Amino acid sequence: PHRTCCRTPPGATPAMNCRAEVLEVSVEGRQVEEAMLAVLHTVLLHRSTGKFHYKKEGTYSIGTVGTQDVDCDFIDFAYVRVSSEELDRALRKAVGEFKDALRNSGSDGMGQISLEFYQKKKSRWPFSDECIPWELWTIKVNVVNLANEQERQICREKVGEKLCEKIINIVEVMNRHEYLPKMPTQSEVDNVFDTSLKDVQPYLYKISYQITDSLGTSVTTTMRRLIKDTLAL
Amino acid sequence: AMDTDLSSQDRKDLDKFIKFFALKTVQVIVQARLGEKICTRSSSSPTGSDWFNLAIKDIPEVTHEAKKALAGQLPAVGRSMCVEISLKTSEGDSMELEIWCLEMNEKCDKEIKVSYTVYNRLSLLLKSLLAITRVTPAYRLSRKQGHEYVILYRIYFGEVQLSGLGEGFQTVRVGTVGTPVGTITLSCAYRINLAFMSTRQLERTPPIMGIIIDHFVDRPYPSSSPMHPCNYRAGEDNGAVYPSVEDSQEVCTTSFSTSPPSQCVFTVTKAHFQTPPPVVTDTLKVPVMGLAFSHQLSSSRLSYQPAALGVGSADMGFPVLFAGGLNAAHPHQLIGPGKEGGVPPIPSQPAHGTQADQERMCTPLDGVHYSAATPSSSEDTETVSNSSEGKCGSPHDLLETIFIRKVGAFVNKPINQVTMANLDIPFAMFAPKNVELEDNDPMVNPPDSPETESPLQGSLHSEGSSGSSTGNTHDDFVMIDFKPAFSKDDILPMDLGTFYREFQNPPQLSSLSIDIGAQSMAEDLDSLPEKLAVHEKNVKEFDAFVETLQ
Repeated sequence: PHRTCCRTPPGATPAMNCRAEVLEVSVEGRQVEEAMLAVLHTVLLHRSTGKFHYKKEGTYSIGTVGTQDVDCDFIDFAYVRVSSEELDRALRKAVGEFKDALRNSGSDGMGQISLEFYQKKKSRWPFSDECIPWELWTIKVNVVNLANEQERQICREKVGEKLCEKIINIVEVMNRHEYLPKMPTQSEVDNVFDTSLKDVQPYLYKISYQITDSLGTSVTTTMRRLIKDTLAL
Repeated sequence: AMDTDLSSQDRKDLDKFIKFFALKTVQVIVQARLGEKICTRSSSSPTGSDWFNLAIKDIPEVTHEAKKALAGQLPAVGRSMCVEISLKTSEGDSMELEIWCLEMNEKCDKEIKVSYTVYNRLSLLLKSLLAITRVTPAYRLSRKQGHEYVILYRIYFGEVQLSGLGEGFQTVRVGTVGTPVGTITLSCAYRINLAFMSTRQLERTPPIMGIIIDHFVDRPYPSSSPMHPCNYRAGEDNGAVYPSVEDSQEVCTTSFSTSPPSQCVFTVTKAHFQTPPPVVTDTLKVPVMGLAFSHQLSSSRLSYQPAALGVGSADMGFPVLFAGGLNAAHPHQLIGPGKEGGVPPIPSQPAHGTQADQERMCTPLDGVHYSAATPSSSEDTETVSNSSEGKCGSPHDLLETIFIRKVGAFVNKPINQVTMANLDIPFAMFAPKNVELEDNDPMVNPPDSPETESPLQGSLHSEGSSGSSTGNTHDDFVMIDFKPAFSKDDILPMDLGTFYREFQNPPQLSSLSIDIGAQSMAEDLDSLPEKLAVHEKNVKEFDAFVETLQ
């Protein structure tokens, strides 16, 4: 994946650089969901911790993260995800919307889905809180149409191999041990982590997607807030 | 300088981290090659002691083997811990597939905080290992093991040996973690040429004593052999009782602090609690493995954090880690601790995502089980006669069971075999009563046409088509009887139905029959040179002809 720096969010003060990684996959229509889930879950596996439990004197303990294997039905591939039904549901919902948008766009089947990790920075009234992204993962998707069963079988294997490469890429990025938000105090924890799930605690994240029309310009941009609204006053 | 050296406490903690990291690494790798899906539960309340905040169960035999290999040492420069994954066929051929290496190099990071950063990065590295173990080629192989081959593991400590992986092996790096005493690196070298049928690459080893390839009931390996099956079914007949992890005295409770790291102090509590004797329930043994150390903030005091979770006491549920081998019936079963610290067995049905507050393991889903392709299971190629309809069984039999003679509603002359009683037509009672006479009239009912003999008759249609129209067995529908309405012709001694039946199974064209076909092909081939010679002679004519076409 190549690295770029993303722009600071409009209206926000220039903050730390946000690292961005881009992955590209070409898949058949029915493979879109599983391929996206595989990548998103792999990233979130590395970006989720156990639930924090703060105690007195500023100490906290961390819960335990379980994991499980997921087999793909349309791809010769398996991946590991965090054992959290809530998180899985949230990802499936976003990916489902992305897939529908791809299908309904009538375009050549190109689009991208982004997973952004951010921190909240509280501002004084009347300014609303800022969301400062610190890591952005973008998966560019190209949907292909296949003519016959034999091609589909080859596609199953090829996409499986490609996803293996993507997992290795993701792990390489994770291993760089670059910027991670500082571990927060109890009062700050909601500015860094999503504490709404009951069994695990991912860093604050947003998923958004864009569908590209055949001219290469983006026609729809949909922001999905999968956590409580962070920009409300 | 002295102040940058590791404090003795930090050093002790670091050593412990590395040791348990090594043990967990082995568990993750071996479990990823068991051939089953792994599933562990998240737990929001820290019941204290999953190392690195990850639910990775410990298979006792694997821990035992790892400790044996390490022999009290830690990975250091030149001393790497390696987990070798290999494949062994039922004929005894074996091949190394992967070598996972946990190494230490000299590059030190003196600034890094042991208790906090190193620990969290080791946790991250284990997550990466979970992910990477599913993307190397051996994963898919291991999911299909059982019939033709099994996957074995071997742990050794010392120098890495990659020569068994064949030419052109690839390497994938899982990750690195810098520590004050060196940088831990975890990587995997894997074979890419998996044509293991090539005898060049195989070592012919005699089958290991006692091994049962398709399921391991006995402990297959004598203690001298270092190789172990990944999907062993030990536990039942396994006489060896693996000691609970001897550091059961040390409990790992991770308690972090948000205060400036420089003030973070580790305390390791020696928690004394009762280790219940191993309880064999069904096929499981249950050592309680508790590992805890608590590290906490203290700027001005070393406060002892009493197993914040209770020392072997009531309010701490020890997560009882997976014990015993997998058994065929209930793999991954877990026995949960009770509130009193005792170890009552939980019901044998594993919790499927229920909201159990005790840690449990999910059973691997049965859904995916790839059966290995075996030549012996190929279709029986002899049954050419029904080969195209293999899935339906014998069409003939099928026909017989559903054969119902129905006579068309307006037909005057019913077929021989149909008696009045069998007539299944509306208003049967009004059917003409002169049936018997007509039955005997050969003009009306000609004798059944002789069964036509064609070379392929038997092969295309079920044998003994008894004059009844068996129809084309390739069709989706079965012709039961053919009684065309209004088709009776008194002039000809046969009706359309009879005509149809008679000529439905025509003799095979001789040119299509195999013998004759082969014969003529042989003839053709023989005559080819002659024909070519003739054509060559006339080549000018041909060319002229072609000219006229242009």
